[in-house]
Amino acid sequence: MKKFDKERVLLAVAGPVIALAVAFVLSAIVLIASGKNPVEPFSIMFEQATFSDIQVLIINQASMYYIAALAVAIGFRMNLFNIGVDGQYQLAAMMAAIVGAHANLPAALQIPLLLLTAVCTGAFWSGIAGVLKVTRGVSEVVATIMLNAIATSVIGYLWLPTVFGVKVGNNNTTGEMHESGWVPGIDMGDAGEIYGLVFLAVLLGIAYWVVLNRTRFGFDLRASGASESAAAASGVDPKRMVLTAMLLSGGIAGLAGLPILLGDTHTYSLNFPTGIGFLGIGIALLGRNSPVGIAFAALLWAWLDKASPELDFHDYDKEIAVIMQGLIVLSVVVSYEAVREWGLRRQQRRVGAELAAGHVLGADNNTTKEVAGR
Amino acid sequence: MTAVELAGITKRFPGVVANHDIHLTVRKGTVHALVGENGAGKSTLMKILYGMQKPDEGTIAINGEQVSFSSPADAIVRGIGMVHQHFMLADNLTVLENVVLGSEKLHGIGAKARRRIKEISERYGLGVEPDRLVEELGVAARQRVEILKVLYRGATTLILDEPTAVLVPQEVDALFDNLRELKSEGLSVIFISHKLGEVLSVADEITVIRRGTTVGTAVPAETTPKQLAEMMVGSELPTPETAESTVTDRPVITVDKLRLEAVGGKALLDDITFTIHAGEVLGIAGVEGNGQTELVDALIGLKHADSGTIKLIDEEITAWPTRRRREQGIGYIPEDRHRHGLLLEAPLWENRILGHVTEKPNAKGVWLDPKAAQQDTRRIVEAYDVRTPGIDVTAASLSGGNQQKLIVGREMSHKPRFLIAAHPTRGVDVGAQAAIWDHIREARREGLAVLLISADLDELIGLSDTLRVIYNGKLVADADPATITPEELGSAMTGAATGHLEHEETPEDTSRSSEPGEDEAR
Repeated sequence: MKKFDKERVLLAVAGPVIALAVAFVLSAIVLIASGKNPVEPFSIMFEQATFSDIQVLIINQASMYYIAALAVAIGFRMNLFNIGVDGQYQLAAMMAAIVGAHANLPAALQIPLLLLTAVCTGAFWSGIAGVLKVTRGVSEVVATIMLNAIATSVIGYLWLPTVFGVKVGNNNTTGEMHESGWVPGIDMGDAGEIYGLVFLAVLLGIAYWVVLNRTRFGFDLRASGASESAAAASGVDPKRMVLTAMLLSGGIAGLAGLPILLGDTHTYSLNFPTGIGFLGIGIALLGRNSPVGIAFAALLWAWLDKASPELDFHDYDKEIAVIMQGLIVLSVVVSYEAVREWGLRRQQRRVGAELAAGHVLGADNNTTKEVAGR
Repeated sequence: MTAVELAGITKRFPGVVANHDIHLTVRKGTVHALVGENGAGKSTLMKILYGMQKPDEGTIAINGEQVSFSSPADAIVRGIGMVHQHFMLADNLTVLENVVLGSEKLHGIGAKARRRIKEISERYGLGVEPDRLVEELGVAARQRVEILKVLYRGATTLILDEPTAVLVPQEVDALFDNLRELKSEGLSVIFISHKLGEVLSVADEITVIRRGTTVGTAVPAETTPKQLAEMMVGSELPTPETAESTVTDRPVITVDKLRLEAVGGKALLDDITFTIHAGEVLGIAGVEGNGQTELVDALIGLKHADSGTIKLIDEEITAWPTRRRREQGIGYIPEDRHRHGLLLEAPLWENRILGHVTEKPNAKGVWLDPKAAQQDTRRIVEAYDVRTPGIDVTAASLSGGNQQKLIVGREMSHKPRFLIAAHPTRGVDVGAQAAIWDHIREARREGLAVLLISADLDELIGLSDTLRVIYNGKLVADADPATITPEELGSAMTGAATGHLEHEETPEDTSRSSEPGEDEAR
């Protein structure tokens, strides 16, 4: 029955490929409409990807996108839309920065302490939405959007010099973290430094796959996402599952800002990257919630981000990249649904055909063996 | 004069039985029954006639004129009307509002429409009151509203899709009177059913459909239920009858004064008390919506009792969550397998894990054991004759009967002590039905206690050791399946009879009593 496997791979790849192709074509149309060369900007951006310093930037950026997208994906796998990853990671990064500036333990304890702070802050923030959903039936979409706004205010408050803030010129910071909390990067010479916590992103990706596909909990979570009613009948407590998934999602989200915080800025300031949580939504969509897919999607996004500034030097607008990101998300949603339905119908047809042809599992010993050896 | 003539209709369809070279001629002013087992292709055919689907080949002629429908609107213009099995009425609107909804242009929405509704109602003896709220109406009255809705739109040919499935025998008789009224006024009715007794009593002509093609037509006067049934299934009929009693005196599940309330305090279940012993099948009869779903939910733990207790052997499980109940040996064949029994887009082997994720062979500690689960799925597929090319295909690509066999196999594989079987053979073909009955009987011999809920009275009477009737959330009557007839059970299902139902021997009954055995053609 190899062909059903092959087919699954084909279906998994077809969606993104169609979406990307459509997005490229539409972006080219936008360029033509504005009277520009529709091909040159892409060749400039592709060329950028060959420079090692840009590559380092892409990898560093992608690591944060990856973690944020994993956080979103956990929610997606059980039909929860955690749109609040943005607030969760910013607040978590700030708390980690504050703890890092005030506590000074040996590195072996300091770094785990900072990671734990970030995880707990993120989980706490998403947990509020989870509790509201479970106890009062508040939609997690609404609650997490509101919590994003509240997080912004909380951050503004914590930045006050009378609270934890340290003014550096015109910039609000949380003060420099103690060096024991800095995570050393991989020195790439002139190209720069790859954040040490890129490995954390990889580990999280592996853990995500293992938990979802190889544990009882992961099965329950996926079942809840596939059919809430069937999951409940199978013995999953839907409320507990909502809360757990929300906490997990927020906990991972809390880590999204740490690669840059512990690897580069060492303080939470006005310059700290924002919006990663929202980009994570698009990346999780494009990556089909699969750890490998998300990795590709995160790299693609980071490439669009880091290669586009060069366009300004060639008389193109770098916003082309943003338009493209938007178009990708749009075409992803459409193409995935179309491919999913097409795949389902196609399989039904093929199963029908196989049965009609007498290829029934267990019909005779030969086919059984063949299947068993799959 | 022919009202409808279908010739050479063929419809190819993924995975399921399609229509193949179908011929059907309906004369004006007659009731024409279309019979066939579930999944034979009746519904597809009617969807084609009603314009919901286009045939790949073949022609449709209405009143001798060849037509081509691209939507139900086209069919309605030609005088075709459909009464669906599941009513399409808005509960919070009045009958009048429901009838005019979407056809406001015909007679407006006011006095003229009301007059028209009354006129139709009187003419065909439907007894519909235009100003009642639909939510106040019973099932039979709702069905009459649906029929009126179709007539209001000018239908001259009515398609009724399994209209008796939701009715008790007495209501069925009333419906048949309505149908006779319709045909005496020159309208034609296409009556879809798999209940042969009903078909023989109401139809003027019968067309039998099997495996997607018409296998013959019959006239009721010249045929017997047995002949019809054999045309339908093309072979000897299975029966649900169990041979000898295996009931023991060891109680497995004991429910005492169970009460379940809706939000607001209205009782959904009240004072439910019963005991099922090892080796016993307790059948629950009742019109759908009288608390069966809630009873199942309370037993499997999806809803928790507001008062009363449930005991499994000698442990009280009233407060247990669903998972614990399942781990401790409560098997569950859900009423709606798509909503509660399967992950449609997941492969078969993941569906084998569903509901038993904490048990062997699916898990080792907190880890899943996909290899063992896959291995065991192959065993189930073979032992329960699930027709599939492999265990990696999605559950959605199997036919209903095969999905159900997978569920039965899965539940039986965990050696349940108590099995909840809600409509275990609904929507499955005759072969699968017989197999499922066999599995239940076999497990019962080995000491399984079964709660059987079914709308198929023959199945209930045939499989059960004890029968109870549920009405309005209460168990109102009990009966001995060895002597009771579907008609007697039916009157208790409307709430007309309570207590212990005794079979009364009347001359009419003696002729009927031979019927149930032959009537199980589904």
